[in-house]
Amino acid sequence: MNEFVAPPIDWAAVSPVLVVLAAGVLGVLLEAFVPARARRATQLTLTLAALAGSLVAVGMLWDRVQENAVSVVGGSYLLTPFGLGVQAVIGVCALLGVLVVAERTTTGQDAFAPAAAAVPGTAYEDETRRAGLQQTEIYPLMLFATGGMLLFPATDDLIVMFVALEVLSLPLYVLCATARRRRLLSQEAAFKYFVLGAFASALFVFGIALVYGFAGTVRLQGVVQVLADPVTSPLGSMTALVVVGLLLVLSGLLFKIGAAPFHAWTPDVYQGAPTPITGFMAACTKAAAIGALVRVLFTLANGLDPATRHDVEVALWSVAILTMLVGTVAGAVQTDVKRMLAYSSIAHAGFLVVGLVGMDQVGSQAVLFYLLAYGLATIGAFAVVTLVREQTVSPGSSAETRVPTGEVPDDGVVLGEATRLAQWAGLGRKAPWLTAAFSLFLLSMAGIPLTAGFVAKFGVFSAAVEAGAWPLALLGVLASAVAVFFYVRVIVLMVLTPPTDHEAAGASAGQEPATGGTDGAPAPAGSGTATLTGAATRTLVSRTVVTVVGSRGPAAFAIAVCAVGVLLLGILPAGALDLVAQAAQFRP
Amino acid sequence: MTMQTLSLAPWLVATPMVGALVLLVAGRRTDRWGHWLGVLASAATFVVGLVMLLDMLGTPADQRVGTHTVGTWIDSGPLHVDLGFQVDPLSMTFVMLVTFVGTLIHVYSVAYMDHDVDRRRFFGYLNLFVAAMLLLVLADSYLLLFVGWEGVGLASFLLIGFWDGKRENAVAGKKAFVMNRVGDMGLIVAMMLLLATFGAVDFGTVLPAAGEGAAAAGEGTMTAIGLMLLLAACGKSAQLPLQAWLGDAMAGPTPVSALIHAATMVTAGVYLLVRSGPLLEAAPDAQLVVAIVGALTLLFGAIVGCAKDDIKKALAASTMSQIGYMMLAAGLGPVGYAFAIFHLLTHGFFKAGLFLGAGSVMHAMDDDVNMRRFGGLARLLPVTAITMGLGWLAILGVPPFSGFWSKDKIIEAAFVGEGWRPWVFGLTALLGAGITAYYMSRLFFMTFAGRRRWSDGGPGDDGAPERHPHESSRLMTWPMIVLAVGSVALGGILALGDRFVTWLEPVTGHAEHHEPVLPVWLLVTLTLLLVLLGAFLAFRQYAVAAVPVEPPPAPALVRAARVDLHQDDVNESLVMRPGQYLTRALVYSDRTAVDGGWLGLAGGIGRLGARLRRFQNGYVRSYAATMLGGLGVVALVVWVLAS
Repeated sequence: MNEFVAPPIDWAAVSPVLVVLAAGVLGVLLEAFVPARARRATQLTLTLAALAGSLVAVGMLWDRVQENAVSVVGGSYLLTPFGLGVQAVIGVCALLGVLVVAERTTTGQDAFAPAAAAVPGTAYEDETRRAGLQQTEIYPLMLFATGGMLLFPATDDLIVMFVALEVLSLPLYVLCATARRRRLLSQEAAFKYFVLGAFASALFVFGIALVYGFAGTVRLQGVVQVLADPVTSPLGSMTALVVVGLLLVLSGLLFKIGAAPFHAWTPDVYQGAPTPITGFMAACTKAAAIGALVRVLFTLANGLDPATRHDVEVALWSVAILTMLVGTVAGAVQTDVKRMLAYSSIAHAGFLVVGLVGMDQVGSQAVLFYLLAYGLATIGAFAVVTLVREQTVSPGSSAETRVPTGEVPDDGVVLGEATRLAQWAGLGRKAPWLTAAFSLFLLSMAGIPLTAGFVAKFGVFSAAVEAGAWPLALLGVLASAVAVFFYVRVIVLMVLTPPTDHEAAGASAGQEPATGGTDGAPAPAGSGTATLTGAATRTLVSRTVVTVVGSRGPAAFAIAVCAVGVLLLGILPAGALDLVAQAAQFRP
Repeated sequence: MTMQTLSLAPWLVATPMVGALVLLVAGRRTDRWGHWLGVLASAATFVVGLVMLLDMLGTPADQRVGTHTVGTWIDSGPLHVDLGFQVDPLSMTFVMLVTFVGTLIHVYSVAYMDHDVDRRRFFGYLNLFVAAMLLLVLADSYLLLFVGWEGVGLASFLLIGFWDGKRENAVAGKKAFVMNRVGDMGLIVAMMLLLATFGAVDFGTVLPAAGEGAAAAGEGTMTAIGLMLLLAACGKSAQLPLQAWLGDAMAGPTPVSALIHAATMVTAGVYLLVRSGPLLEAAPDAQLVVAIVGALTLLFGAIVGCAKDDIKKALAASTMSQIGYMMLAAGLGPVGYAFAIFHLLTHGFFKAGLFLGAGSVMHAMDDDVNMRRFGGLARLLPVTAITMGLGWLAILGVPPFSGFWSKDKIIEAAFVGEGWRPWVFGLTALLGAGITAYYMSRLFFMTFAGRRRWSDGGPGDDGAPERHPHESSRLMTWPMIVLAVGSVALGGILALGDRFVTWLEPVTGHAEHHEPVLPVWLLVTLTLLLVLLGAFLAFRQYAVAAVPVEPPPAPALVRAARVDLHQDDVNESLVMRPGQYLTRALVYSDRTAVDGGWLGLAGGIGRLGARLRRFQNGYVRSYAATMLGGLGVVALVVWVLAS
């Protein structure tokens, strides 16, 4: 009889992931036991504590992992310096993201539906809103997603990687559907994300199957061994199998970063999801997926023979070119802030891939810094978007009506986010600090010197040049130049253009959904009916103006941290670059 | 043993700088006492300077050169520049001149600007001016000197355009600034060349190595460095061809003119050239150009001075001419350095006195500057008349007044040499002395002598403006008296036993005595005769004969001199208009080619983007198809490129 021998598990190494997942489980339990009034505070505290704890764990592991990569259970969990670095970025971004999610603004409402299960536009929904219900499950959901993200780049096992992929994706699908306003759009986005995500997962799994067929193992190290010594596997001589498999696995990962041609979901989902979730998703998912991509790519590429490696490089080149092109060109014609930021995120995915084509340490170092710079700017930017709102003004009152600082019991005074770019005109006068912060984030995304974005872009492009991919770097610089156009356009709009007073009554609010969900083509079923909840009738008699609601603290804090981070990383990048350089010592 | 007070050097710059900061930052709160703070800052700086001077005088001559390094300023690759202060007889001479004359001007301004609501701001700028000038002369590297250099430019811009409510004042400030920028370019290029040639920009490295540098880099480079330094000096010191701003700079309040002309700003160019002496000696061609520029400006200023009816502009032209003397001396090599600085020092005193006197006259005459409307003021403004009279005798070079000792030395030095040079430079300097005597006497007689050409309100003065002249307050007259004493005695005291020349020797080096091509006694006599002739002509024309109230018709040269020898027309046709055409052409090409290209590109991207949007139709099935199709395309690309 074989006795069961418990494998020795290095719990300390797993702790960053474990803390977060355990807190998620605890959070679900808390939902059942904690009274409704205290639930939000409890969940928020638990979430922030778990994320902070995870970051502390990362910090404590740092020096140890510098010396040796830690492998747990034969590589199911593999902590490399780079993986730990990605976990750190995810931790920081998730912490900031949760702060934005927790923001209730001076209107007293967060960005989430009071009861996500209620059918939009029904009396039941109205009732839940009046009752002041809150969907505090978003916090455990975020913890699960974060747990998956932390695991994603820290494994050598493709099956574990797939599990992590699903663990991070499924909560996100749900979170996307929970927007308080424009709920049909939100649900449509979640559905699209889910279907396309499932499709991408299928590609990913199929890729794993092919790799397994080739090597007889799903461990990346094992695959590399077979590549080095083909006779150890029955199909070990069929290199084409591993190339196709690798391409499919990459497709699944590229879907998550939003790289073309797997980007199509990005604008719709970014627009439809609750804005705080969009920020969280954009920053953290991208970091996690890039981490996994680096893991797969660098490990396998180092085992491939030059000709096969060249094939992979060609694929990366095509993806990078296509992604930068789509991101910048389509981004330049957007009229909605969230969609514009979505295309910007696609373009950034392209720049990230540019940094990876060399598949070397310089590249991984540059990419890690880029993820941090991009994450800060993105979370900050989406946090700003949550504060710029539409407000109904009854025909008699003046357009300058300020936002009431007290709680507003009912929808109707302050509505959803004013995401049409035209509505942002003259924002600089209404909210100079917010405008300054948003401009800073945009400038960082554009890669203007003295912001983090510049150092980051410089890093990835010089990594590409060092790897001999100067045409890609050149194209990247050109794409950045085009992208500057649409970032600066927004700044000009906010600062220099006078606000359009007297926005057309009703008409503007009514037209809005027509541009939602697509880039302006005829709207398919669903998005046409997505409308401002509860405001449709009112807009007939009252006008909509743009207003800026005050933050109750968390979002303002997050914006401030992001802004300071972006500036610090831009002006004094040395410290962060040193850390990143440590983390980039990539050991397979 | 070196100087013990060396470490005080930073305070010389910091004190007035703090004064300026307090006055400019604290704003209106300091309005009531701000001007006295300004005076105090300047006076305190003078005291610090005096302490250092006394210490230096007690130090053996060969140990009087020192640097005080505060710390590293720039450390970037091969470029290492310290933040250090150069303390030696040359810089201390400037420190004393700037702070002493500057303090007197501060005191004078308290009364002069009494009625100005912005008096506090004015004093802030004055302190800034002094601080910048002191940084300029105390810097131990060209780079730090450049900081002071720019500070002086900024302060002069602010002060010349101080009354910027009037458009021409603002324009004058801008003109001074822009023309100075041209000179600044010279200094920047010179620094680049120095860096390329010597790998450093600090005096301690560059100046001793000048000879070797010339051998290594070739004389061409050294000539280029010299010419660029000269260009810089021309900008600050208002020498040809960058002289045009000086006359317009009279738009500023009169104490500013005194400060610019006597203590700060225009002397900076002379300082730069004397300080860079070793570099110029390594480039004889550049040195010759310096002398030529000095000689030309000397005549230019003198001629313009003869025709000006505006009392301040006449003085401005005189400054240009006197600085020309100094430049000429600086261009003569080691023989001339000491005399250039000596003349600068005496000139600082008598020119400051003359300007303050002119300000006093203007004060008395309701800010009128037209000398054709003055006359007969000596009786009414006795203190002003006497102090200005002493300054007048000093600038004429009448023995034993200050100017005699310094100017005659320059004329003497100009006659030293071989070939054509002593004759050309010497005769120019000699001629200049005669013209100087004429126009300065003209100024003095037109103002103080002859019949009054203004009305005291009584009958029989049809058309003449009504004035009620009165002597200025003590705050204004005492600085003038002190300066007059300097104009009388300073030159003689310092010239006795070649005291001043010996004092400067640690910096300028010992110059062998050369005999001029003409005997010295003959030169002195000739100079005095010419001066007497010039003064006599002016006396006959402006003191004895009646002065017409309107400028009479005159020959072409006088007409040209009245409009500054067409300097503005020359600048406009040679520089401004071609520049305008160039910018217009550039704007045109920018609009058509560059903008057109970019707009075309932007339009193309927009159209491409609009096409891409069609793929983003909102249908999940299309998106999935995009993914699959895209994957297929990538696979195809890989397959095609791989095979």
